[in-house]
Amino acid sequence: MDEGKQMSGSARLDIDHVAKLARIALTAEEKAQFSEQLGDILAHVAQLKEVDVTGVEPTAHAFPVFNVWADDIPQPALPVEAALRNAPAQRDNMIVVPKVVE
Amino acid sequence: MSEFEAVIGLEVHVQVKTRSKMFTRAATGYGLPENTLTDPVVLALPGTLPVMNRAAIDAVIKSGLMLGCEIAPVCKWDRKNYFYPDLPKNYQITQYDQPICKGGSVEIELPGPARNVMGEHKHIPLTRIHLEEDVGKLNHFARDSLIDFNRAGTPLMEIVSEPAMHTADEAFAFLTALRTAMIYGAISDCDMEKGQLRCDANISVRPAGEAVLGTKVELKNLNSISFVRDGVAQEIARQLAIVRSGGRIEQETRDFDGQTGASQVLRSKEQAHDYRYFPDPDLMPVKVDDEWKRRIRASCPELPFEKQRRLFDRYHIPYTITSVLVPDPELSDYFEKAAASSGQPQAAGNWVVNDLLRELGQAKLPLGECKVRPEDLADLVKLVASGTILTPAAKEVFSEMFKSGEKPEGIVERKGLKAGTSPDDLERWCREAIAGDPRAAAEFRAGKESAINAFKGPVMRAAKGKANPKTVDETLRRLLAQG
Amino acid sequence: MESETFYGSIAGLAARLDGRKLSAVELAQCLIRRTKAVDPAVRAFNSFDEADALAQARASDERRAAGKPLGPLDGIPIGIKDVIAVEGQPLTASSRMLAGFVSPYDSTAARKLREAGAICWGRLNLDEFAMGSSTENSAFGATRNPWDLERVPGGSSGGSAAALAAGEACAALGSDTGGSIRMPAAFCGVVGLKPTYGLVSRYGLIAFASSLDQIGPFARTVEDAAMVLNAIAGHDPHDSTSFRVEIPDYRSEIRKRSGPWKLGIPKEYFGEGLDPEIGAAVEAAIRFYRERGCEIKEVSLPHTRYGIGAYYIIATAECSSNLARYDGIRYGHRSKDATDALDLYFRSRAEGFGAEVKRRIILGTYVLSSGYHDAYYLRAQKVRTLIRRDFLNAYLEVDALLTPISPVLPFKAGEKAADPLAMYLCDIYTIGVNLAGLPGISLPCGFSKSGLPIGLQLIGQPYKEAELLAIASAYECAHDWHTRHPDMDKSIAAWNAKTQARASR
Repeated sequence: MDEGKQMSGSARLDIDHVAKLARIALTAEEKAQFSEQLGDILAHVAQLKEVDVTGVEPTAHAFPVFNVWADDIPQPALPVEAALRNAPAQRDNMIVVPKVVE
Repeated sequence: MSEFEAVIGLEVHVQVKTRSKMFTRAATGYGLPENTLTDPVVLALPGTLPVMNRAAIDAVIKSGLMLGCEIAPVCKWDRKNYFYPDLPKNYQITQYDQPICKGGSVEIELPGPARNVMGEHKHIPLTRIHLEEDVGKLNHFARDSLIDFNRAGTPLMEIVSEPAMHTADEAFAFLTALRTAMIYGAISDCDMEKGQLRCDANISVRPAGEAVLGTKVELKNLNSISFVRDGVAQEIARQLAIVRSGGRIEQETRDFDGQTGASQVLRSKEQAHDYRYFPDPDLMPVKVDDEWKRRIRASCPELPFEKQRRLFDRYHIPYTITSVLVPDPELSDYFEKAAASSGQPQAAGNWVVNDLLRELGQAKLPLGECKVRPEDLADLVKLVASGTILTPAAKEVFSEMFKSGEKPEGIVERKGLKAGTSPDDLERWCREAIAGDPRAAAEFRAGKESAINAFKGPVMRAAKGKANPKTVDETLRRLLAQG
Repeated sequence: MESETFYGSIAGLAARLDGRKLSAVELAQCLIRRTKAVDPAVRAFNSFDEADALAQARASDERRAAGKPLGPLDGIPIGIKDVIAVEGQPLTASSRMLAGFVSPYDSTAARKLREAGAICWGRLNLDEFAMGSSTENSAFGATRNPWDLERVPGGSSGGSAAALAAGEACAALGSDTGGSIRMPAAFCGVVGLKPTYGLVSRYGLIAFASSLDQIGPFARTVEDAAMVLNAIAGHDPHDSTSFRVEIPDYRSEIRKRSGPWKLGIPKEYFGEGLDPEIGAAVEAAIRFYRERGCEIKEVSLPHTRYGIGAYYIIATAECSSNLARYDGIRYGHRSKDATDALDLYFRSRAEGFGAEVKRRIILGTYVLSSGYHDAYYLRAQKVRTLIRRDFLNAYLEVDALLTPISPVLPFKAGEKAADPLAMYLCDIYTIGVNLAGLPGISLPCGFSKSGLPIGLQLIGQPYKEAELLAIASAYECAHDWHTRHPDMDKSIAAWNAKTQARASR
């Protein structure tokens, strides 16, 4: 995976880049405010750097179990009306979205 | 091209033929009315959770065992996070760093020097195979797009080859061989028109003998196995033209247009996604033990090229016939039954690939609905081998069998198609023929072997084609010898 | 007296229903009257489908009258936090993003409640998408603490806790990711239980942090909480993280167990920053257990101070991914101004999400992003392993742990809204329990001089809810905090006076 970047005590996250990844349009005011607030939080979080985690496995699940599955038996589908009941826009039984620009 | 070589890696997605979806039990299907194969999980409604489909895991283990992969003792699921209208959760559940299968290879057959001559066989190594879920379908219109989620959530196997192919022919052969293997294993029907098999290619060029890979270009939208070959060939040519003129290859994703044979840039490197992979907290890992593997291994079929070799070694079936039989497991099973039952494998092979296929093609009938059982075809073959009927008559019998499903013996009786005649009739026709051409008789007795042929025509005509040529020849010689 | 009904325990009400002293419809109507009287001030409910509630009550009475088999909670109204799906009811997560969304399916918890005969009672307010500790982050307006309407009820399940404290429901379901059941229970003077991770199905719970979320009951007594837990607990094939454990009859288990127990007091939970009145009330509880014959042992959970950091990395990472589906495409708020599909995402999410939700999504996206994953997310998961180990080590020596729940008394509305970090630090005693996947219960243990509720937390061993409930019950039986209720007339009068005074300034 990736390496390299460390937790920074005075982190200034690149809020434009992250907001773009998260698909949220932030106002200039929000960007300024969040940058500062998240900066404070990241400064607190940087404490984790102190912990010696040598040889410690990351927690994947609180109480791990393997092979949780179901048999390949199809169940009744949602009727189309129910599937699209909360759809903001639909046509011909499909969800409409504005043009997808590749 | 000798100063440069092309390096090709293929990423193939195979839709696994399960009855329900990968992480929920809504049914899978193709061509059904839009959005009739959904449930709250497929639509990623608030509060929904995934549950693994056991049959899909079985299928990928089987594929891995068939292709000689190492099956991971433990593997897990990861979230691949990106936003797109056909991806309901805006993350795809996949396997990132612990895929279920690693390594393995696909045996391929390259085109031979002629169509009826088997080409070289090679093994293309694989990097990995993993499972993930398919996305929905976007239908584009002038001002908007419509989304159908029927396909969303279908189990998808991703098979990644090592960058170990060098020609478009190898890419074509790889896909063909992989497709046949998946059909053999009943993993997938691999119908590319239905999106059951999809392929992206990674292509780069480098100076011949160079170990380091050149900049790679990803080629997408290769919608048929032929388009894969054409697209790869075109991209290799495009890259070679650039490097030969001193230019640089840009790392990009290109979209192939099968109609024009050209490709266009879809995405450049700068727009690459940051998928923020992390283990999916909603799913537990999979542990595959030896007992499980043993059970699946027992259900693995003989591989296509293994069968090809076996048919040649055991039955001496030539490539012209095996090349038709092997890609179709149903057809080759049919053939083997007929071969075993008739004891005449080569003859059975001919009948299957010529007559049977022709009739099926003309009637547009699938083999499963054919009225001719392999045992009955075997009987027909035996009738010809024993000389009971002659080949022209056998063709007539077969036509009838195909239409009615009637057994060959019955048709022969009913239509009076038995070869051969009463020995007395034959005796008489031979004497008459000899008497009718004293000059030929004299020539034969004087030592001209070919003179005997003069009598065969009249005898066969008299026998209405039913006389056994061998018996005719023997009889004539005996009578001529008598003087 | 009406208040005997709207403040009645499930056990008591069930007895009256069985004895035909009260019908389910009468019970429902009593609660509806109470709600109409107090909820304009308390604002616990996002919505309430009166016709549906009465229909469920009628159905219960009909079952009883026809001699049909009855569930253990038959006819009992149980409020549902508006993040738990009930088919045909709104499911909003108190967010503009889901305003108007009606769920076409049932959560497993709601289905099981119905199978037990309970009435799914309205939609209770919360901090938007369960992110917050005060219910001030609701897009539909804050819920107020019935004990003092100028103060917060805690969060994120503030509506659930307040509804109980104000007599608007007999019990309620909430969800707890970092303390969202236990903390509002303490702020409102009621019992709140977060079960062991995996005991109750999460299918139908709007996911915030998948590896931390659990649904749990709010109730007036420990016995009531046990009854609700029995109805909703158990393995669910729809939730791959739900566990196959045998579910005992918790109520009878409580009666069978009387200790004495070994209780651990984690020293890191009693340091600086803990309000002295809270400290005193919890110390009194410790003395109670000691006098009852329990061994009290000081233990250490050395990684406690890293809990907030680990939690806010893991929880925000998971939520950034869990909330990606809210995009206005298949459902939810869709912006009217979008020019193309990509723009649709940016605008719909900007318009649909409140500030706290946006903050957490941004933070979570950051800690998973390329280059930062190992330093933040991976490291936090390793620290989590150490936090869990601390608890499991302590359990080698003690049966359960006793701690405060909140370092602060219920604070005034608006007091912490401007400082997210200050708000996060209130979770210091509750989040370790989520990180370790353990069960935790909050029960009332006193009041401040100013009359505000104080709660204590008992933390149990994994899947040992029976033991935990028994330990809690032993305390409750010897005290009467849980019988005290806010004087709503007084609270509302004081509130009205203050509001009028502000308006006329």
